[in-house]
Amino acid sequence: MSHASGQVTYVVAINQALREEMARDPAVYILGEDVAVGGPFGATAGLAEAFGERRVRNTPISEGTVMGLAVGAALVGLRPVVEIMFIDFITLAMDQLVNHAAKLHYLSGGQLRVPLVVRAQCGATGGWGAHHSQSLEAWFLHVPGLKIAMPATPADARGLLKAAIRDDNPVLFIEHRALYWMLGELPDGDGVVPLGRAAVLREGQAATIVATARLVHEALAAARELDAAGISVEVIDPRSLAPLDLETIVASVRKTGRVVVAHEAVLTGGIGAELAAQIQQAAFDYLDAPILRVGAPDAPVPASPRLEEAFVPGRRQLVAAVKSLLGQA
Amino acid sequence: MLDADTARQLLATMWTIRAFEERLTELVASKQFAGLVHVAIGQEATATGVCSVLRADDYVYASHRPDGHFIARGADLARMMAELAGRASGYCRGKGGSMHLVAVERGLLGATGIVGGNIPLALGTALACQERGAGQVVVVFFGDGAANAGYFHESLNLASLWRLPVVLVCENNGYAEFTPLSAHTLVERLATHAERFQIPTATIDGNDVLAVRDAAAEAVSRARTGGGPTFLECLTYRLSGHYVGDPQRYRQAAELAEWRERDPIARFQRYLEATGLAASVDAAALEQAARARVEAAVRFALESPWPEPEEVATQVWAAPREEGA
Repeated sequence: MSHASGQVTYVVAINQALREEMARDPAVYILGEDVAVGGPFGATAGLAEAFGERRVRNTPISEGTVMGLAVGAALVGLRPVVEIMFIDFITLAMDQLVNHAAKLHYLSGGQLRVPLVVRAQCGATGGWGAHHSQSLEAWFLHVPGLKIAMPATPADARGLLKAAIRDDNPVLFIEHRALYWMLGELPDGDGVVPLGRAAVLREGQAATIVATARLVHEALAAARELDAAGISVEVIDPRSLAPLDLETIVASVRKTGRVVVAHEAVLTGGIGAELAAQIQQAAFDYLDAPILRVGAPDAPVPASPRLEEAFVPGRRQLVAAVKSLLGQA
Repeated sequence: MLDADTARQLLATMWTIRAFEERLTELVASKQFAGLVHVAIGQEATATGVCSVLRADDYVYASHRPDGHFIARGADLARMMAELAGRASGYCRGKGGSMHLVAVERGLLGATGIVGGNIPLALGTALACQERGAGQVVVVFFGDGAANAGYFHESLNLASLWRLPVVLVCENNGYAEFTPLSAHTLVERLATHAERFQIPTATIDGNDVLAVRDAAAEAVSRARTGGGPTFLECLTYRLSGHYVGDPQRYRQAAELAEWRERDPIARFQRYLEATGLAASVDAAALEQAARARVEAAVRFALESPWPEPEEVATQVWAAPREEGA
């Protein structure tokens, strides 16, 4: 499935990370609904053939129990990668993730470790409706003990997933469905991208956009559009929300003095609120305008393509936000 | 046939659990210890009988009444007591407390504050054991209240489907918190839930330590030899309240009195007398020794330092291991 150009899709990059880590470490197991047949998007395609159905294990539709089972396996030496087919279904496994996985290292006074990866896929596309489209990362940012990665490119998807699998903590790895078929280059070598290191994707002087997942690409599109209007915008992808590379973001804000934080999740209580709070605390004296947030309206994700389009934030809102920061609204 | 050494061990364990929890109750009730503490006085035979047939490399998950499970598994009384006292010398450095006790050195991977919440964890540990192929077995204790949790039913299905080496021990004490079982379910014998999933079951007198031990031995041997899970329903009763401080308005004196007659410790001592084993098992001495060990643990706990306030946000994330460690 790799392309003649040397480019691969985001979902193939995920598949490659899983394949490489399973080959590297026999303790890596995959658990989830339909994973042995590749899953609905092909993320685990071919892995059962390569590593057997003991290690690439189909589970019943019992998210809570499967999550807890993965935790219990992680405590004694396995390194499970659980696939939650849609992040919306993670609600069924919240107790295991929040009350057990995230807390056991701390509560045991360091006796236990939970080397667990939870892959889940988010994003409103195709009119799939409110139970197959949400962006829920903010809930987990509120849980000490969890790490959270949100890759926006094939190279980051492969590199962050490999880092997550090698990490001794529970890592929630959130993929965006709209990016699955996006092409990108993969670096040579193992290409591990450490958690907690933001990427500056475009340098600029007038404003900084901090964006995650699909919004990274919308931010780059907005930056190109604004560039044509003579406004140079810096674009930063934190890549992991916990740990968060605040330093890179703050360095940018000190330079530009203006910042927009963008995510596809609904606005209220989203990660934008936390980032805005942390940025203003670290760089208040450098800010020339209030920090703006771009997110979805505070509503469930609607099914109708016309409503979904109205729900999902993108380039247009980002361009407007940057212009308003510059008094050009 | 029961030998004197085993009899002595079983009785000593039950007395240690009883002494530990009686003393713990006093310490919590008098506010010398903080915390929401659930004891299981009257249920000592289940933990004792089950753990008596385990191997050192097996794993155990405890319920939210974890003391008996930990003591029967040989956890250090002083480090347990220190944890319950919130001290730095506790198993979890004071971060866990009663409902989050862990003692990895004894294969005790944790109690839980979520009823039924660690049944799935036990399955996962059992999966790892199955993959390791060394014949290790996992035991998880939970109460009758857990039998109405979603995890319980999902876990029965998965344990059965994958033939996991796990023994599911339901300590059916007739009450889910303050409410009798009959108010929660029409299912009279909880083992029937497991039967639906084709899991072998046994419903036994949970206050008869030997009955528990025999049933557990069969279950553990089945799990060890690839025969998959077993569900043990141990019928028992907690003579103590749901938590330390529970006014217990929900039950009748007559019921309590009836179960006091079936106290598992007194009952085992009567059995030893009836079989002549009492001649070589000095029950009074065992009780006294247990109470002395518990007192030493209490002293250790109360003399131990508190954790430093700086520890509040340490160990939130595990640090990377040294290469090759």
